[in-house]
Amino acid sequence: MQNLVEMRNITKKFPGVLANDQVSFAARAGEIHALLGENGAGKSTLMSILTGLYRPDAGEIFIDGRPVVFRSPRDAIKNGIGMVYQHFRLVSPFTVAENVILGLDEPGLILRMPEIENKVAALSESYGLKVDPKLKIWQLSVGEQQRVEIIKMLYRGARVLILDEPTAVLTPQETKELFVTLRRMADRGHAVIFITHKLHEVMAVADRITVLRGGRAVGTVEKKATNPTELARMMVGREIAPPPPRTEIPSGQKVLELNNVQAMGDKGLLALRGVSLTIHAGEILGIAGVSGNGQKELAEVITGLRPVQSGKVLIKGQDYTNRSPRDIIEAGVSHVPEDRLGTGLIPGLGVPENVILKEYRRPPISRGFFLNPRAARERSEELVKRFQVKVAHLDLPVKLLSGGNLQRLLLAREISAQPSLIVAVYPVRGLDIGATEAVHRLLLEQRARGAGILLISEDLEEILQLSDRIAVMYEGQIQGILPAAEAHLEEIGLLMAGIKKEEQPA
Amino acid sequence: MTRAARLTVVLEKRLVPSRWLSFLIPTLSVILALLFGALFLLLTGYDPVKIYGVMLTGAFGSKYGLSETVVKSIPLMLTGLGVSIAFKMLLWNIGAEGQLYMGAFAASWVALSFSDAPSSVLLPAMFVAGFLGGALWGLLPALPRAYLGVNEVITSLMLNYVAILWVDYLVYGPWKDPHGFNFPLTAPFTPAADLPTFLGTRIHLGLVFALVAAAILHVVLWRTRWGYEIRVIGESPAAARYAGMDIARNILLVMFLSGGLSGLAGMTEVAGITHRLQHGISPGYGYSAIIIAWLSKLNPWATVLVSLLFGALLVGGYSIQSSGLPAATVSMLQGAILFFVLGSEILTRYRPVLVRRGERRAN
Repeated sequence: MQNLVEMRNITKKFPGVLANDQVSFAARAGEIHALLGENGAGKSTLMSILTGLYRPDAGEIFIDGRPVVFRSPRDAIKNGIGMVYQHFRLVSPFTVAENVILGLDEPGLILRMPEIENKVAALSESYGLKVDPKLKIWQLSVGEQQRVEIIKMLYRGARVLILDEPTAVLTPQETKELFVTLRRMADRGHAVIFITHKLHEVMAVADRITVLRGGRAVGTVEKKATNPTELARMMVGREIAPPPPRTEIPSGQKVLELNNVQAMGDKGLLALRGVSLTIHAGEILGIAGVSGNGQKELAEVITGLRPVQSGKVLIKGQDYTNRSPRDIIEAGVSHVPEDRLGTGLIPGLGVPENVILKEYRRPPISRGFFLNPRAARERSEELVKRFQVKVAHLDLPVKLLSGGNLQRLLLAREISAQPSLIVAVYPVRGLDIGATEAVHRLLLEQRARGAGILLISEDLEEILQLSDRIAVMYEGQIQGILPAAEAHLEEIGLLMAGIKKEEQPA
Repeated sequence: MTRAARLTVVLEKRLVPSRWLSFLIPTLSVILALLFGALFLLLTGYDPVKIYGVMLTGAFGSKYGLSETVVKSIPLMLTGLGVSIAFKMLLWNIGAEGQLYMGAFAASWVALSFSDAPSSVLLPAMFVAGFLGGALWGLLPALPRAYLGVNEVITSLMLNYVAILWVDYLVYGPWKDPHGFNFPLTAPFTPAADLPTFLGTRIHLGLVFALVAAAILHVVLWRTRWGYEIRVIGESPAAARYAGMDIARNILLVMFLSGGLSGLAGMTEVAGITHRLQHGISPGYGYSAIIIAWLSKLNPWATVLVSLLFGALLVGGYSIQSSGLPAATVSMLQGAILFFVLGSEILTRYRPVLVRRGERRAN
């Protein structure tokens, strides 16, 4: 079969990184082609070159066998290449139709909205992308917004459609619907390129798979001729250790108790609407849910960073409602925040300054009014060694560290405080398989030591794998708490979408 | 398909900013700024070599010039240090000028009210009053900033005018010297209020205050818990909050110290130079301090050095007025220096690379 798009020997260098090293890649009309690889493998760079965002240092691109040079994203769009980014590029006070024609020359001087709305409606009908062209973006769910992005590309005549980790923001049900749409587009003769690092998605939807590792193409395989184990090996370059066995569910002391907690979000609206939950020592409580349903506020309320409007927060049986972050740290609560670099770590300072962030008030790091730089340095060396953080030099700003090493450093500090409660927010977001494995191992070690862990994650696999109990959050409320052993993906997915069991169709 | 190989300059980010370049580039920038100034002089019909020569000998060519350069740099050092410590915490204190005036006012009040006191009592009292005057004036914009989030740039700037006009009110009104031929100045202080001077020049004890302040700031910033908090808050307020640091309290403390240092500059001017309070006690030291703080990258010892350079510019500026050039020439040079130094900052963080488009770049 003729390749619709082909990239030959693409090389792209950034300062200090060879992002793409002579990568060749081709997609045919009518196929769903997964681009699989860990973070930093060069997937996004390769696709940014295909969409004209970057220009390659070397290599060529062919469309229908014809060489092309893209000087800007506009050139790529003209050649039928469209990309749906992970972070949508939509104007939220505008309608769907207005967003679709945004940036096009087509309307000319007079804007005939009804005509455009009809065209958009026809397009969404024929591809099964249900969305009302007259609605404003802010009225749409995340899944619907993604559909608008896809319609936008189809409206521009995209024959090659690239989706960058499209399922990261979706519920399992929405993911299923997306996969149906993708298949329909492939059947219509589009080439669909699907960027991901999730193996099960690849197995569910792809026809062919190209694996990237460390900026090089490892190979392209047919889905029918491969399996997850082989793909994982290609992606990581070694065997993956099986998840550690689950220990018995303990019922130790209550380390955290929330009673009917209400709190405002950043926009001044109620973000937590009466949350109650309990975590025991030696237990992991997983919070599942589509992000933006109050998870961030939940973590901040527990760690004292956000005021509680009503309700109570008890730590080890003592009332800590609206106490200062410092009191809560001193009560033995560790926090792995969502924003690692900027909240959890200070980007512009070196390792010692970051390591002492929570113990600079206590000896041996502090000597009265003064700090003891030697103690800080010794502490850093010890933690870097014990937690295998790769740093070129302790005094270099930590913002130069890779995502996995940043998280190791952050966990090293938070865990070494021997906390009784750890609040971990999206602890493996953006990490590759190797780093994810390390973070999970550390969390499980802490559970075994007797710490209670609140694990907030949007990755259901992760929650199912680590948690003892699972609570599902939807619009600031806990929809239900289930023991992990009895939880099913399907049920959690429905709870995440706000549908409780009794409302589910039989 | 042919592709023209075009040479283009691309800025490549340096992974680690070069230490040696971060010294070399500002120095070259100052030289470039002076060359730019020379071009300007040339266009307006002056001989730049001659003018710079006059400035140089004016500022460094004699014992008097040299000592005057130091004299002018003292208030620049104190206000520059004050501004630096606030900037370190991302507090944009633009109010050093007003804080200087309030320090001068408070010290003068002590000197005028307790003219019978001996030097050993009067000078320390003036020192404390000068510091407190500036510190409280600095606290004024800090309070709404700490508790209500009111932008301190505007409030601290506006308070400058209030302070300057307050001093004007005093020297044109109730505090005017009855024997002063109606000039806007107070009666001279008693000799007990004079700061000791060195080597028969006008260089006064304020120099020691400034150097000690630089040493203290250096130690505080790099060796103490408080300095660590200031650095963390300056780098990342979210991380500071996360670590349980009290940001509001630190805003108040830092603005108190920052204002206090500028207030000391006011105290040393009245006690060391004018020996009375008068209209226009500062020709804009508090504004130059902002430039100095930036140029010295908020480093205390660099602030001392840059202040000496700016002191020399001021003194050199006075000496070229006899050649028919306005003193504002110096302001222009200050501006050019800031412009060139800030403009070149990108080079310490990025590396210009010559690239042939469409060809593979060698490693």
